Amino acid sequence: MSTSKCDDQVTLDHWYAIAPIAEIEGAGIQQTTLLEQPIAYARNSARDVVVWTHEGVPGDVPDRNCLPVRERYGYVWTTLGAPEHDVFPIPEYAEADRRNIHAATFGVNVSAPRVIENFLDMGHFPFVHTDILGAEPHTEVKEYFVEVSEDPDEIVASNCKFWQPMAAAASTGGADVDYIYRVPHPYCSVLYKSSPLDESRKDVIAIFVQPLSQEQVRAHMLLSLLDDTNNDTDIRLFQQTIFGQDKPILENQYPKRLPLDPRAETPIRADKSAIAYRRWLSEKGITYGVIPSAA
Amino acid sequence: MLKLYDYELSGNCYKVRLLLSFLAIPYEQEMIDFYPGKQHKSPEFRQINPLGQLPVIDDNGLVLRDAQALLVYLASKYDESGKWYPRDNPDLLGQISQWLAFADAITGTASAARLHDALFYAHIDVVKARAAAHELFRTLDEHLFFAEEGGQDWICPGDHPTIADIACFPYIILSEEGGIARIDYPAIRRWCDRFKRIPGFVVMSGVFPAGPAADDRAKVAVPGQ
Repeated sequence: MSTSKCDDQVTLDHWYAIAPIAEIEGAGIQQTTLLEQPIAYARNSARDVVVWTHEGVPGDVPDRNCLPVRERYGYVWTTLGAPEHDVFPIPEYAEADRRNIHAATFGVNVSAPRVIENFLDMGHFPFVHTDILGAEPHTEVKEYFVEVSEDPDEIVASNCKFWQPMAAAASTGGADVDYIYRVPHPYCSVLYKSSPLDESRKDVIAIFVQPLSQEQVRAHMLLSLLDDTNNDTDIRLFQQTIFGQDKPILENQYPKRLPLDPRAETPIRADKSAIAYRRWLSEKGITYGVIPSAA
Repeated sequence: MLKLYDYELSGNCYKVRLLLSFLAIPYEQEMIDFYPGKQHKSPEFRQINPLGQLPVIDDNGLVLRDAQALLVYLASKYDESGKWYPRDNPDLLGQISQWLAFADAITGTASAARLHDALFYAHIDVVKARAAAHELFRTLDEHLFFAEEGGQDWICPGDHPTIADIACFPYIILSEEGGIARIDYPAIRRWCDRFKRIPGFVVMSGVFPAGPAADDRAKVAVPGQ
């Protein structure tokens, strides 16, 4: 086995979404990479999803020595290690009246933690997602709460409020939007935002980042929305437009790996969730896709 | 009304949106689920374009495909100033056609590298695509440098941009998404900034507007005046 592959056991011992389930149907054997390990996936003759590692040539669908597989939220998840828990829960996904849509799987030339940190950031909305998720002069990130819980092991940022001209495909105008962010996995985040249709419930947008290497990822985006007007294409394209705006910002961050030393980059008050996230990664002992702080 | 079969993240569709915006032509968009739906490869869409490619326009029954062809058609038909595609100037038309072909080569290299990196087009030899894009960028950078030396702002001579500028701009400005840096092409970077300041310029996802510097400079009161 090549020595360049991931040797961060903490990172290895997590589940990773590697492809939307819909992409597997009838497509034969497909290939991707997880933490520098080439892997292949397909349905076998019993119609089960099979994922396996290989070194260059995937061969036929094997009947043993396969990786563990979970099918969750419309994606195939696997692991190269031994995760302590199952894939984290997103209970809203099972609600009958929600539209669960795979928005996109995009490649981005950046580390996984940079993608998550950008996902958590509200400060860039007016400047990067101009006239959609923000607009000048509504640039203030108001005080919000950040909690790190142990059981479940996740970060929750709540009471986030931001004025948005076009918060979702179903929006009809500007609105103050409430956000809650969960980070239940070092490279995944789940966002809850006010539904334009039902003020008592929230739309869910989740990002599941599959690290190809320390500085290249595949980002899988799930939408679980209350929307009875737009078709799937409109909903997807809205989200793709948002992500397409983030992409050049992400790819122009240097260093591409996330520095965990608190002195490496200068945070402002709006970065409260990012500070908690970096500390959380440090405490977990994550070394993949980051620049660990000096001991 | 003119209809554009469109996909937001497509640079070729962006070329058409740019010209329509510069000319202030109203149009309706039919959004195609290019990814992940591959709607452009569906039997229904192949009735509209047998090649299964975007963009396509339907102008009151005239259905046309190919970004460069659409620029030629739309400018010829709707640009009353005649400046974007000067039909009565053979010298300029020859040069515009030459750079339209060049723009297609940029699509075949810089856009291909972007598809490889962002949408996992595994069959593309990305190293080769990037190297070929750099060769094209070097050629254009030199051309623009000498144009600037001669007091020219645009790819083809004259005091107004042409559809050659529109055809070249999208996949140059998106090149970094395919791992093709523009740091070594200062004349291209200056041209991109000028392009973004053409009245009617619109962005697409992944392209940001020019800073307000040029406007501000005009507004700043000169001391003593």
